[in-house]
Amino acid sequence: MSMISIRSLTKTFGTVIAVDNACIEIRANEFFAVLGPSGCGKTTLLRMLAGFEIPTHGQILIDNHDVSEMPPNLRPVNMVFQSYAVFPHMTVLDNVRYGLKVTGVAAKEARQRAEETLEMVQLSGFGSRKPEQLSGGQRQRVALARALVKRPKVLLLDEPMSALDAKLREQMQLELARLQEDVGITFVIVTHDQDEALSMADRIAVMNDGKVEQIATPEELYESPASRFVADFIGKVNLLDGHVVGAGTNTVTVDVAHLGQVSIPHQGHASGTVSLAVRPEKIRMDSHKPDSALRMNGRIVDWAYYGDSSHIFVQPEDGPRMSVTIQNETRTTIENADRGDHVWLSWQPGDTLILDR
Amino acid sequence: MESYHRNRRLFWLLAGPGSFWLLFFFLVPLGIVWTLSFGEKAVIDGQISITETEITWTLANYLRALADPVYLKIIWKSVWISVFATLLCLLIAYPVAFLISFTSPRRQAWLLLAVILPFWINLLIRTYALIAVFRTKGYVNFTLEWIYNGLWLDHLFGAFQPLELLYNNFAVVAGLVYVFMPFMVLPLYASIERLDRSMLEASLDLGAGQFTTFLRVTVPLTMPGIISGVILVFIPSLGSFLTADLLGGTNATMIGNVIERQFKAANDWPFGAALSFLLMYVTFGALALRAVISRQSGMPA
Repeated sequence: MSMISIRSLTKTFGTVIAVDNACIEIRANEFFAVLGPSGCGKTTLLRMLAGFEIPTHGQILIDNHDVSEMPPNLRPVNMVFQSYAVFPHMTVLDNVRYGLKVTGVAAKEARQRAEETLEMVQLSGFGSRKPEQLSGGQRQRVALARALVKRPKVLLLDEPMSALDAKLREQMQLELARLQEDVGITFVIVTHDQDEALSMADRIAVMNDGKVEQIATPEELYESPASRFVADFIGKVNLLDGHVVGAGTNTVTVDVAHLGQVSIPHQGHASGTVSLAVRPEKIRMDSHKPDSALRMNGRIVDWAYYGDSSHIFVQPEDGPRMSVTIQNETRTTIENADRGDHVWLSWQPGDTLILDR
Repeated sequence: MESYHRNRRLFWLLAGPGSFWLLFFFLVPLGIVWTLSFGEKAVIDGQISITETEITWTLANYLRALADPVYLKIIWKSVWISVFATLLCLLIAYPVAFLISFTSPRRQAWLLLAVILPFWINLLIRTYALIAVFRTKGYVNFTLEWIYNGLWLDHLFGAFQPLELLYNNFAVVAGLVYVFMPFMVLPLYASIERLDRSMLEASLDLGAGQFTTFLRVTVPLTMPGIISGVILVFIPSLGSFLTADLLGGTNATMIGNVIERQFKAANDWPFGAALSFLLMYVTFGALALRAVISRQSGMPA
């Protein structure tokens, strides 16, 4: 059953279409991420869920109630703001119980619930502090506690990690995932960081230019992207242009300029000009000619060393530059090749995707 | 900034003119007036001089001001008129400042210009213009009469009786509000403009209505602007004399008028100086009170 049902949702600002006919179903207890580059409309979508923007067209149903035009203070939804928006003139405890106080929860109960929630986000003992005495990470926990104490049906998080440093970000991602399992509330997170979305979310909606491109699990998005944009936005990808020359059962034969005619396993329809997509880590690099239909040779032009892995650019005789990721499995892996070396690249047909152009 | 402190010569070059100005044109004259308040009219050749003053460190001027209830009454009344004018300014200016900071940046520039536009006209002329508005045959009464007659009330209750809007406390308060309004709007605008909008959204999101959000979030977070505006309006109101002089008439005198009369008409500088300093002590008291209140509520000064 859907907790949130977003139906043909459109929002325009003047002539700009911020969200274009979005249809998303979010299940109860799901950790759902909306992922996209800045300006793709993901924040506008979140603000419509919170009630700060009124949809131009379409509907939002939360727990089967139409809330499209309901003011934010009446919605069973709470939000963690990008800036956290912790009230600077109140103590931590007053911040957390604010939402209870203003909705008429008895003082004693409000205090108890606020203290319980502070404990849940590991801030017990910080109640009497002022926000200015807290670190960025602690302030975020206050914002989280302040929203969770209301026991909302849905928790909205707007780029919650953007102000944290890399180490703290990783820790908060794990903690947020744990918290979501503990409280059993539907989480909707908006982010431009693919790692964040992939590591935390049960399902992800990828948005581009106001449109929802694909809604899928992290694995599906990475391994079976539905469009060139999704393949390119999530992780790195090599794209080779070609056109379909024949189709069998579950396979498609594509004529690719630099590979010749190759057969690729493919479900569904494909015709005309297409792109062959292959992820950098799915490509093997050898010094000898490999035994594979999907192979090409070229010269190493660039090499970026990341410690655990290396990122290599290979320029074939003709055709686009290929990017290859190799694991530095032994201490001598990087000594096996150098800039200028001629190498063979190969990959499996099953690791190749056919995308419409 | 570190280098400014290290480079002493540059520091004094920048701080010098301002320090000189404050010392010789503010602190020294203030000291002169302060010593004057302990003086009395000089006795030359057995006659009390009209023009010369002698500093005898007498407390007679202060005693006279405190002993005669007339002066304390006028100070007290001035405080109340100023408080009332300041509150009225705040009530009118807050929505105005709010509206300005929530419109588009281009409109903001024009609206701010409209707020400070009255400064371009001389205070005296602006105050005389108010007389034209408020007098018995002024625009207010003219408009009221037009509505009165338009509603056929003159047939029911007789001819329109013009309201006495001038030469009373109402006129003084209205004049002060009119003159000092920009001093309230500008600091309020500055603090509302700086307000993080997500604070207001967070409050709404947590279940507070618009009114609760205003009281519990907007007002506390814009308190520095409110305090600045209140000080900028209250203190000049308390010492003002032109507005009360032109609009107040005889029965709406403020302490500023009394002081002015001592210095000019009565030519009693020592007594005028003593009254000035009493007024200043009242102002200091008000500022101290504000500091105590703001410390208790934990707001930055």
